[in-house]
Amino acid sequence: MRRLFIAAGLTTLLVTVLIVYTLVKDAVSFFIDVPKYELWTIGWFPRRGFFDIKTLVVGSLMVTGVAMLIAVPLGLGVAVYLSEFARPRVRRVLKPIVEVLAGIPSVVLGYFAISFINPNIVTVLAPGANKAFNIAAAGVAVGILTIPIIASVAEDALRAVPLSLREASYGLGARRVATTFRVVLPASISGVVAALILGISRAVGETMVVAIAAGAVGGGLFSTDPFQPGQTMTAAMAALGFGSDQVAGDGLAFQSLFFIGFLLFVLTFLLNLLGDRLVRRVREEY
Amino acid sequence: MNDSRNLIEQESVLEQKHEETVTGSVVSHEDVPVFRTKDLSVFYGDFRAVRDVNVYIKAREITAFIGPSGCGKSTVLRCFDRMNDLIPTARVEGTVEYHGVNLYDREVDAVEVRRRVGMVFQKPNPFPKSIYDNLAFGPRLNGIKKKADLDVIVESSLKRAALWDEVKDRLKASAMGLSGGQQQRLCIARCIAVEPDVILMDEPCSALDPIATARIEDLMQEIKRDFTIIIVTHNMQQAARVSDQTAFFTTEVNPESDRRTGVLVEFDKTQKMFSNPSDSRTEAYVTGRFG
Repeated sequence: MRRLFIAAGLTTLLVTVLIVYTLVKDAVSFFIDVPKYELWTIGWFPRRGFFDIKTLVVGSLMVTGVAMLIAVPLGLGVAVYLSEFARPRVRRVLKPIVEVLAGIPSVVLGYFAISFINPNIVTVLAPGANKAFNIAAAGVAVGILTIPIIASVAEDALRAVPLSLREASYGLGARRVATTFRVVLPASISGVVAALILGISRAVGETMVVAIAAGAVGGGLFSTDPFQPGQTMTAAMAALGFGSDQVAGDGLAFQSLFFIGFLLFVLTFLLNLLGDRLVRRVREEY
Repeated sequence: MNDSRNLIEQESVLEQKHEETVTGSVVSHEDVPVFRTKDLSVFYGDFRAVRDVNVYIKAREITAFIGPSGCGKSTVLRCFDRMNDLIPTARVEGTVEYHGVNLYDREVDAVEVRRRVGMVFQKPNPFPKSIYDNLAFGPRLNGIKKKADLDVIVESSLKRAALWDEVKDRLKASAMGLSGGQQQRLCIARCIAVEPDVILMDEPCSALDPIATARIEDLMQEIKRDFTIIIVTHNMQQAARVSDQTAFFTTEVNPESDRRTGVLVEFDKTQKMFSNPSDSRTEAYVTGRFG
């Protein structure tokens, strides 16, 4: 029995090592082979030798930014409401609903973005926005996907704060709002920040919604306008993988995929590191 | 907006009644009870946890609630600052008068009650903040923002709780680094910092060693000049040592439901309770024959 568990553990480790190895190997060979000036050009068109990394990074950051504008207030709001304000009966109904949201396939949300979010929300609020595809609509949809992650991890963190601390606060004449903001949130900050980091990682890594709704199929011009079509790291990788002529052997295009993957990996890693630092600085240990 | 207006109105309701009872009556200040319960029963859902409690709590005295586990003494204590409100199924029958105002009247705001009636809990529960921020928590809630004012309150409260000399050099350090006894005195200081009228103590020494317990008991004698104290304790010797009045609770099996309900057996001066109780059940308990 013990060996079985060890084997399970080792398998995961092995898979991780293999993934990182493949990623790094092709990323490095791409970086060695590519003419460096091609990494900073007018846009991302891998089959034509334009590997403008900033197009993808800025695209990903814009999608993530819009997503967080939606998901942070809503996700934390839901978490605080469920853990501090909702009556048990309301909570029993609401919590599963939030969790169902997490179960919606992202491909559905991608189409929801182009059929509902863009025409009814984005182009109404920003009349100049691209009528069919744009970063903002994709960002809103990614935000919706991220809400349940932030809500459920943050809620767990809030509920883990011992009752005795809440009692201490109420006992001193604090109202519920004061107790929430001055006692419960500060005491659970590490979990709440973890929820936000998880949410950001999820948003950065989301592929399907962006591939459908952000609008750049094979490539994209560099743009900082969230209301125009754009390309993200993940969507660029997916686009290289499906739909078009042979990926393997198409010059450097195939290797570029791993290079972006590696960048994505580093980005999420840095985010986690940053989150960890942040948490350690402001943490209240109980 | 609404909240703060209610709070001000509430303040005046409690204030007015207080003055009426203190100034407008013929009886001396000492004889006016701070609390008086009339046929108080507490329910959790359908279950009656304790029934028909009639006690009066005198100002600047220490009243002890003693009795075996499950007798409802903590439940009754938590009616005096409406802490039971936090349990959604809890319900109260009868009245709890505080300076003549029924705390369970619809117009009474539980939060305002808790600003006047502080509580110290069984397990020390300092906030995971600095010692200073623990002390300043209550005053800040009450709108005191100036650092100079807070400094004064923090220092005087810690001095009154006999903790100042031990922590004055590390006010910015986390309160979680203090020993259990120090943490409990910090909680008492935190309570004192909002200048309550009454301090409720729910088995404050049960998690502490005898030396720390002795310090808390000394402290209670010290602060009873300024505060009315009600203490729930499992420890009869403690009740005998520190209190002026004692209420003895026990449990009764409910014939129809077979569940145990707490009842108040006897309530009198501590000296009498421990030397010459009127009820045989009290005698059995204080002489250690059960419980």
